[in-house]
Amino acid sequence: MTVAFKKPESLLDAKTIYCPGCGHGVIHRLVGETLDELDLREKTIGVAPVGCAVLLYDYFNTDIVEAPHGRAPALATGIKRVRNDLNVFSYQGDGDLASIGMGEIMHAAGRGENITIIFVNNANYGMTGGQMAPTTLPDQVTTTTPRGRKTATDGFPFKMAELIANLDAPAFSARVKITDPKNINKAKKTIKYAFNLQKENKGFAFVEILSACPTNWGKTPSEAVKWVGDAMESYYPLGVFKDIGGEE
Amino acid sequence: MAEKLLMKGNEAIAEAALRAGLKGYFGYPITPQNEITAYMSARMPELERAFVQAESEVAAINMVYGAASTGERCMTTSSSPGIALMQEGISYMCGAEVPAVIVNITRGGPGLGNIGPSQCDYNQASRGGGNGDYDLIVYAPHTVQEAVDLTYRSFEISEKYRNPVMILGDGALGQMAETVILPDFKEKEKSDEGWELTGAKGRSPRSVKSLRLAEGTLLEHNLHLEEKFKLISRNEIEYSYEEGAYDVLVVAFGTAARVAKTSLKNLKEQGHNVGLFRPVTVHPFPYGELKKAASKSKKILVVEMNRGQMLFDVRLSVQNDEKIDFTGKPGGETFSPEEIENKILSSLK
Amino acid sequence: MKKVNINADKCKGCGLCIDVCPKNILQFSNRFNESGYNYVECIDDESCIVCKSCAIVCPDLVFTLNKPAKQGAGNG
Repeated sequence: MTVAFKKPESLLDAKTIYCPGCGHGVIHRLVGETLDELDLREKTIGVAPVGCAVLLYDYFNTDIVEAPHGRAPALATGIKRVRNDLNVFSYQGDGDLASIGMGEIMHAAGRGENITIIFVNNANYGMTGGQMAPTTLPDQVTTTTPRGRKTATDGFPFKMAELIANLDAPAFSARVKITDPKNINKAKKTIKYAFNLQKENKGFAFVEILSACPTNWGKTPSEAVKWVGDAMESYYPLGVFKDIGGEE
Repeated sequence: MAEKLLMKGNEAIAEAALRAGLKGYFGYPITPQNEITAYMSARMPELERAFVQAESEVAAINMVYGAASTGERCMTTSSSPGIALMQEGISYMCGAEVPAVIVNITRGGPGLGNIGPSQCDYNQASRGGGNGDYDLIVYAPHTVQEAVDLTYRSFEISEKYRNPVMILGDGALGQMAETVILPDFKEKEKSDEGWELTGAKGRSPRSVKSLRLAEGTLLEHNLHLEEKFKLISRNEIEYSYEEGAYDVLVVAFGTAARVAKTSLKNLKEQGHNVGLFRPVTVHPFPYGELKKAASKSKKILVVEMNRGQMLFDVRLSVQNDEKIDFTGKPGGETFSPEEIENKILSSLK
Repeated sequence: MKKVNINADKCKGCGLCIDVCPKNILQFSNRFNESGYNYVECIDDESCIVCKSCAIVCPDLVFTLNKPAKQGAGNG
């Protein structure tokens, strides 16, 4: 017998605090496998967000620094500028990246920092109990949009992958989903491509991942995963929006 | 051979930091410290070190936090409204015990205020403007040379205690030009103190963080920070004072002390028995040393460019309000020597 | 040596693996781990084709999968 599947070296053997069916666990694994396969674990510094993934340092077998809410791209910039030999990534949710951190992500992208951004889009603020996020869909009910998000007063969702792609500096911007084995494998390839761009000093790489949040969506894990493909994908198209290498 | 040059305060501070082995500078323009950011934008790339003009002061302090978590010497500079924006980052860095240097070239406030020199951020610096119980080590230079010397030393102090250090200057200090002797170039010695994030090669992974959720762990950490500050207070208090039994002992820091020195010189020439107690570290504050000095003098006159902030620390030291007079100049203006002279003469009565 | 190894302690009973198994050999065990979750079990290890779908969708690294050595190559 040979081992067909096991935990990547870049992840610690930990029981996570994520809810049953939450996408974070899958994304952690995809990043972990990527760090293993690109031989990056020992020179990686991850920047943890404020959000469900705040305890990133309990799950990743790499050096991690905890950023204030939204500031991860600024920390990542600082790290990479003084230690450009290290592999630097940020791991952020909707509120962290697209709300309070909007300034930091746009400017890190605008400067074209040679870092990798993993953006987990689950259309709500998970950790604080399901409030509206900049990525919440129109008419979506959350704890702060009890009658559904009204675009007239609450605005429209931000399509971050497209916004980043429209800047001159970034090297890569894409959106994937992790709903089924085929798409999860595709997401893995995209994440690996993004990290490899940093390895080759090719610039700023951004991967947005549509992810399930069963608890705050009030759905079972199976229903939540289905909602990602049905409702979320119709607003957030999958694809590669910018790729200077043109290979993805 | 140490060089002697005529330099603007802002630029001298920048050069001193460079010579101390500064590896990363992250800043945002704000008057009256723009010369620092501009100077750094030219000098840092020359020395092949990192410079970023950040998109805001919020971003700047967080770039410092990230970069400094790798163990490299990093710095940001700003002025009052920008330092207000950095309070979150400062709290995080103190909680995570990440060393770095922050320079405040104070201007008038509150809010947008003006661009004149002020000392109105004493409370913010010494009482902590960010959330939680934490302490910055705060130095208040009163000449450009002192600003150079303190900035040059600040990185090692910061690293010794894993605690951010603030240089509390003001617009006058930043803008004035004086002759300075610049220190020699040095670099941070290569070391691994066991906390720096450098990539988990050949060791367990490390984390730099201020979150401590497990029961009892945050209490433990706060007590550790408290012990650390007690140690800093025992070791690092600095002040300037010539022993004496004065009729009026002026207590002032920074530029206010600088102007007061002229007033005191004039009054001494007229035969008056007056002296100066000048805290160099305003945090930790020299409570014990001031109490001793004050006990020998008849009257204490606190002179500050604000509405009365260090005044509270003086009152805490001296424990005798009747003995304490105060003159303040808030609103981004300096005293003239005559103004302070007149106040001292009032106190002498 | 089994093909399908389940770390019951880590399973959160989300059921996503059950949805994707092409051989329908995964089901809730109706037993509970220390965390209080109804964890999954494999009811027919023999039939597993090691497609890895379960492990790929699992958010909790519950599965460790082994592939049999090729025919005639002896015990791996």
